[in-house]
Amino acid sequence: MALPTKLLLEIVTPDRSLVHEEVDEVQLPGAEGYLGVLPGHTPLLATLGVGELWYRVEQETHYLAIASGFGEVLPDSVTVLAQIAERAQDIDVGRAEAARKRAEERLNKNVDADIDRARIALMKSLIRIQVASRARTKV
Amino acid sequence: MPSLIDLRRRIRAVKSTQQITKAMKMIAASRLKRAQQRVVAARPYAQRMLRVLNGLVTRVDPDSHPLLRIPEQPDGRPLIVIISADRGLCGGFNSNIIKAAGHFIRADGRKPEDVALGLIGRKGREFFRRRAFDVRYERTGIFQQLAFSHAVDIAEVAIEEFTSGRASSVHLIYNEFKSVMTQRVVVEPLLPIRRLEDGEEAGPTSDYLYEPEPEEIFKDLLPRHVQAQVYRALLESNAAFFAAQMTAMDAATRNSTEIIEDLTLYMNKVRQAAITREIIEVVSGASAT
Repeated sequence: MALPTKLLLEIVTPDRSLVHEEVDEVQLPGAEGYLGVLPGHTPLLATLGVGELWYRVEQETHYLAIASGFGEVLPDSVTVLAQIAERAQDIDVGRAEAARKRAEERLNKNVDADIDRARIALMKSLIRIQVASRARTKV
Repeated sequence: MPSLIDLRRRIRAVKSTQQITKAMKMIAASRLKRAQQRVVAARPYAQRMLRVLNGLVTRVDPDSHPLLRIPEQPDGRPLIVIISADRGLCGGFNSNIIKAAGHFIRADGRKPEDVALGLIGRKGREFFRRRAFDVRYERTGIFQQLAFSHAVDIAEVAIEEFTSGRASSVHLIYNEFKSVMTQRVVVEPLLPIRRLEDGEEAGPTSDYLYEPEPEEIFKDLLPRHVQAQVYRALLESNAAFFAAQMTAMDAATRNSTEIIEDLTLYMNKVRQAAITREIIEVVSGASAT
């Protein structure tokens, strides 16, 4: 049986279907580390953490910020169910910076109750900033 | 007999009412379009979620998770989440929901104090708050800026109530968007999660790798499934609301056209009668001299 040469990547959030495309390579931010996926991958189901997702079509690479979800990998397709997913060019850097400041302040104040939430908020904002910077350097 | 001036004033009043209902109908129509698009856009997520769940269910012992377990002796009360609208002027939308909720509460000989309520939307809240119900959760004004985070909130409360044993089950009551002309009230069990159909096109569930363990993923996935279901219900209800409002306002506009026609006819008759009377007076006055 010939291995598939392309992956059908689908990224859906509760609000919409963000990506529906044939791609050559995907990297997912798994909860326990990044996962690189090429066509013909063994079926895999993974929880995703907060992180950067990229996919490559021919020579072009696209970046997205993802927060908490699931990825289902089949030999010829990848389905990502994410609570939040944003393309690099859609990210509002100003907002992300502001969110980062707020989260850092809260972490420094050390209020126990909110520390987990602040940490997650910080991670999300950092990832957004990182992903957004990819979009800028590419242009 | 009303005077001509009174009639004219009434016609003018009805006309301005008609302008308002017409504008409201137009607004509802455009919002409905957006709401409908959101319902459609939310579908893939829920579908994929179900597929992944179905794939997992064969791998995990479903009784292992608290959200799937049916309580053996239901000492808790059922929690009923009623989704109404924030605003009126939408035909039977809110009263249908309230009526259906009332039926459901009284089913199986339950008394009002045997249930707990979660109220979404101002209209439902106004109704049930005044009565002696145990309201566990209420939320109004979310439909203007409906977001997934609202569904997360509601799902969290539902899961908390259920896993702590305070609620023996959780049901959703909401208006489902069937078409622009019809909305249907549905009562949907939310928790415990119904046994998933593992027979139907399970797909290649055979050799998945799991990262982390299937049980871990399952534990993560189930609450998200609940959130997605709540979100869908909110979106459906939102679309149904605008559909109901549009239909109601359309009917109102048509009714006012009818009233204007009737009033105009009547006004003309009154005017005619007045003229006739005046002529008779003039004629009889002339012949008397």
